[in-house]
Amino acid sequence: MTTLHTFHGGVHPPQHKQESSESAIAQAPLPSRLVLPLQQHIGAQAKPLVRAGDQVLKGQMLARAEGMVSAAIHAPTSGTVVAVDLHAVPHPSGLPELCITLAPDGEERWVEHAPLDYRALPRDQLLTRLRDAGIVGLGGATFPTHVKLNIGETAGIHTLVLNGAECEPWITTDDRLMRERAAEIVQGIEVMRHLLNPAATLVGIEDNKPQAIAAMQQACANTGIEVIAVPTLYPTGGEKQLIKILTGKEVPSGGRPLNIGIVCSNVATAYSVHRLVNHGEPMISRLVTVTGNVKTPRNYEVLIGTPIAELEKLAGVLPGSDGYILGGPMMGLYVSNSELPVVKSSNCIIVKSRALFPPLPPALPCIRCTRCAAVCPAELQPQDLYWFARARDFGKAQKFHLFDCIECGACSYVCPSNIPLVQYYRFAKSEILAIERDKEAANLARERHEFHQLRLERDKQEKAEKLAQKEKAALAAKAAAPAPAQAATTEAKANDSAQQLPAQQLPAQQLIEAAIARAKEQAATARAKNTEALTPQQQADIAEIEARRAKVREMSHPDADSPKE
Amino acid sequence: MFSPFISQATSVRAIMFKVMLALLPAIAVYVWYYGPAILVSITLASITALITEAAMLKLRGRPIAPFLRDNSALLTAWLLALSIPPLAPWWLVVVGTMFAISVAKHLYGGLGSNPFNPAMIGYAVLIISFPLQMTHWLTPHGLGQLELSVMQQLQYIFSGQLPGGATLDAVTMATPLDTLKTQLHLGRMPEEVLGMPIYGHLGGIGSEMVALAYLLGGAYLLANRIITWHLPAAFLASLFVTAGIFHLADPAHYVSPVFHWFSGAAMLAAFFILTDPVTSPTTLRGKFIFAAGAGFLTYIIRVFGGFPDGVAFATLLMNICVPLIDTYTQPRVFGQKDEK
Repeated sequence: MTTLHTFHGGVHPPQHKQESSESAIAQAPLPSRLVLPLQQHIGAQAKPLVRAGDQVLKGQMLARAEGMVSAAIHAPTSGTVVAVDLHAVPHPSGLPELCITLAPDGEERWVEHAPLDYRALPRDQLLTRLRDAGIVGLGGATFPTHVKLNIGETAGIHTLVLNGAECEPWITTDDRLMRERAAEIVQGIEVMRHLLNPAATLVGIEDNKPQAIAAMQQACANTGIEVIAVPTLYPTGGEKQLIKILTGKEVPSGGRPLNIGIVCSNVATAYSVHRLVNHGEPMISRLVTVTGNVKTPRNYEVLIGTPIAELEKLAGVLPGSDGYILGGPMMGLYVSNSELPVVKSSNCIIVKSRALFPPLPPALPCIRCTRCAAVCPAELQPQDLYWFARARDFGKAQKFHLFDCIECGACSYVCPSNIPLVQYYRFAKSEILAIERDKEAANLARERHEFHQLRLERDKQEKAEKLAQKEKAALAAKAAAPAPAQAATTEAKANDSAQQLPAQQLPAQQLIEAAIARAKEQAATARAKNTEALTPQQQADIAEIEARRAKVREMSHPDADSPKE
Repeated sequence: MFSPFISQATSVRAIMFKVMLALLPAIAVYVWYYGPAILVSITLASITALITEAAMLKLRGRPIAPFLRDNSALLTAWLLALSIPPLAPWWLVVVGTMFAISVAKHLYGGLGSNPFNPAMIGYAVLIISFPLQMTHWLTPHGLGQLELSVMQQLQYIFSGQLPGGATLDAVTMATPLDTLKTQLHLGRMPEEVLGMPIYGHLGGIGSEMVALAYLLGGAYLLANRIITWHLPAAFLASLFVTAGIFHLADPAHYVSPVFHWFSGAAMLAAFFILTDPVTSPTTLRGKFIFAAGAGFLTYIIRVFGGFPDGVAFATLLMNICVPLIDTYTQPRVFGQKDEK
């Protein structure tokens, strides 16, 4: 039996889990429209592979992972791509993002897909399959799973932690998933173990979910996976907190679990991995708790891209509703637009009402009571960070470990002055990041400018050198000329002066031609210089750029046969 | 609207209110031993505090209603009223409260921004400006030559007249702590002094019971998690140890640490003054340093200084150090290596 450890602080907000945890998972019906943002994960936006009007099959890749950290997006059902354009997405900024809108045809025709024999697949191919299946962490951060699991067999991962804590109030997706699909989760965990080869695999579940714990314990029997009940305390489900509880180890400040030989993943992510390896299905649906001010709160299996409006209809919205909380009440996002789609990170939709979530009283000044510090799981001094953020003293804020804040909201929850502390930290973080971006941009601009100056200087020098060489040659010619005869001296003198002052003696036409020739020559050598000794990567880049240019030209002149230079 | 969308049902108003509630036992004991004069001074201080608070908020262009409701000005008024002699001319407590709220609190930025404990600033101003009025404490019930009725106490407070041409000395005395210092200076032995009728088991008759009532109120605050044990424990321990060392080294001149605990404002300081969150450190180690320093300074000032008690100046001196203490006692954060 593992001995449990504790983390500092934490709070006990009212749980409100009973509302939705006692009904079985239901399948949400096919919506009339699906909106799929291309950015549903941490990392680079996926690159669309379809255009408006394309017919697509269920499970077909609509956008591919772009770059190192990215994840693919798939069609949750068969139908027609209606648009690839900007659409409102659930994001704090409220800015629209590039989305693929899909009109389902209702036929649910699958793309060709088959289970994987993951044990027989080479490692990198399995990881590629994970990437191409669009699997991302469902614990909230939506970090691409293939990146997380791609750490090499020699990285020395000793522990794999599965997060089934689900500490946020109201949310019960992991609870239901573990109760109903424990065996499938375990099959997903086996894939992760296959890739990481950890000595220990621990599943942490808060003890307010006894049925989930029992189901997981049964499914994990004789697998070597240990299911551990951890005390209910928000934010136990924080990655760093759960690792501390289960292993006693602290992820270093500013570091990742990897730094201490641990990988942490959500149980729902493991379930998605199972869907891929045992059914060949990419991530096209997820569980969503629909709760709050509704008639029948429960968990639904929802296609990614389903608008909130369709789900609230299923649950039956009660009067007095005023918007939605996406996620839990501690870390969730308030939105009012019911056209926003369910994305890979959407674990919960709480239909909000003033009765359930009364508006907080206006904020008073901080009285330094340190209730916030007492509950901070990152062991920060929230009252100081608040002052620094307010004073825009960002250097100090960073020195006081602002970036170790996990934004769990425990500080705001206990603040007797009702100060929206987390908002101050988010503000300070984004300001600092913006300043750093600006700094980088300024550095880049300065480097460019300096390089430009350098080049001008170099060109000037080269010109001067050329001039000097010419003069030298002229002098040499002059030295050679007087030798033949004394009689030629006068003529030579004339020649001499002709070379020294050509502009005065050569006809204008000739001068211009010479200048053109020189310019041409210069241009030729300049180009040669820049394109000499290219690396294969650069050549590939150039080829790609040329190809893109060609495509653009094609798009702007669709009827032109071939672009002209 | 931003997360978190829920909040624990505590408020500044409720915290301040509970602290005032915790003062009630001490006020009751006060009334029992010294008559209702304390109620008059608390009322005067409260009214003055609210008016001053409202006026300052208006001058500073801040919303008046939410801040008047936070109970912080009232608490300052109560603490100040409990720190000064109850039988004093009405203007004494009014001047002290006005200074505490306007200068010590609002000129520094109001609630949450004052570096010094406002009640202690009020006390310091009064003891420096009006030392005579500040050292005349009512003689406890049953010990004086003359006992004033409710009306007579009121009459003195508002008109300065005592019945039948009695002098103030007939109804007041120096505090037991002050008396002890004076008597020891005169060369008397501690046992001899403490044998005087004004002394009880722990400290002075009446004042020791007030101190016990503060202790009771402090227990209530601890039980309700309004304060944590760190500041009171460190203060009382430091006062005890300092007094204990002197007492052990020279019992002929220094009384027992228990006497120091239950005399003067030691218990008030431990549970109600030092625990003001605004003017005390935020770090755990800082709290220990702050309260231990205040305990030590309290002893030094009350035994070797010229003032009847050392709590106010000890608190203010330690208040000055709070930013420094906080800076140098920052705890490690999650995931930070212990070694630096």
